[in-house]
Amino acid sequence: MSAATTDQATLAPGGALGGMPLDSLMACPQCDALYVAEMPAVGERAICARCHTVLIAPKRKAGFKIIALTLAVIILVVAALFFPFLTISAAGFGNNASILDSASSFQSGPMVFLSLAVAGMIVVIPLIRTLLILYVLIPIVGDRPPYAHAKRAFRLTQELKPWAMAEIFAIGCAVALVKVADLAHIGFGPAFWMFAVLVIIVLINDNYLCTWSVWKSLELDQREA
Amino acid sequence: MTAREAGLVACRRCARVWPMGTERCARCGSHLQSRDTGSLSRVWALWIAGVICYIPANIYPMLITQTLLSTSNSTIVGGAVELIHHGSIGVALIILAASVLIPMGKFLAIAYLAISVRRGSDVSAARRHHLYEVVEFIGRWSMIDVFVVAILSSLVQLSVVASIHPGSAALTFALSVIFTMLSAQAFDTRLFWDTKDQGQNQRNDTT
Ligand SMILES: [Zn+2]
Ligand SMILES: [Zn+2]
Repeated sequence: MSAATTDQATLAPGGALGGMPLDSLMACPQCDALYVAEMPAVGERAICARCHTVLIAPKRKAGFKIIALTLAVIILVVAALFFPFLTISAAGFGNNASILDSASSFQSGPMVFLSLAVAGMIVVIPLIRTLLILYVLIPIVGDRPPYAHAKRAFRLTQELKPWAMAEIFAIGCAVALVKVADLAHIGFGPAFWMFAVLVIIVLINDNYLCTWSVWKSLELDQREA
Repeated sequence: MTAREAGLVACRRCARVWPMGTERCARCGSHLQSRDTGSLSRVWALWIAGVICYIPANIYPMLITQTLLSTSNSTIVGGAVELIHHGSIGVALIILAASVLIPMGKFLAIAYLAISVRRGSDVSAARRHHLYEVVEFIGRWSMIDVFVVAILSSLVQLSVVASIHPGSAALTFALSVIFTMLSAQAFDTRLFWDTKDQGQNQRNDTT
């Protein structure tokens, strides 16, 4: 997957584009370099020759994989919310906290804002993104016209991407564990392991999504409709 | 060759190109601008908000720990020093990196990048773009300390034996991270490449 070979093979720099239809071109969103868009072979990626941003990364049967992964995520999130996440015990006292407990631990005055932000970053935004991706992809995979507002939905998933922080929260658990190690004993509840699986799935999910291909299919469907 | 040189305006969301002057991308609905001219002032405004929030985040306590014998307030740096005393040097380094090194590095990097766009720079556009990508990738990880506070204060509620409450620094620190992330996102990265291309035509992919 070396950048140079792949992009020469698949993306002709848009130097001689007299009369090329605009929808056969693409510009690197990061550096504005213009290319003739051509689908690379499955497993290869088209990479901007100038700034090395990945432009197109088609995956074999990506649609089915994404939908299977997404269903798994939803099941896991629901399960993770209703099981204890971490448990603690010290000197005969015990307590356990679910993921939602952690998110709602800031309760006095302006700290409520923090509760909302944390709940959003670790549960709500990852969940909304996943549901929206599902909403956009199901018709594409089934070769049917997209559902209403599919474009707005897909744009939102891209805008929300940096704010989904489930994987950072997972590492935070490990840090919390060490921090109170000599104060009390902490154990992992069933939800912790579900959450760990969820994090891996979310990461795979994003890596299996070629946004350019999705936009392309949304555009094609619109024209035929 | 760039889209702008070809008389086209590119969509940053979906990579589609349109004739220069088109206002909205018909494929994804995004607002189109060949170069985001208001980008730098938004970067600076959010940068300043981030720096201002970072100051109280270091002065006020992040965690308030109550045990049978004592109540202790720990700041970000204080908490890390405590961890070192307990021998958890690895975790202390993670906390220091996420809460001190990364935020400071981000402030410096964003300021440098914003100045370089306006004044020009000897450092190549590719290098500066790479720095930007590192800032974007790493910035989110500063939230880890806020999450640790959230986990500890919901979990460690053991009656009189031990309880942990969030301090006000948790809020200002979270705000600082959020503002800095927004500041980095406000950048129009295409501006790095323009200054580089001005005057000479040395790019290997321009024909
Ligand atoms: Zn590029
Ligand atoms: Zn677009």
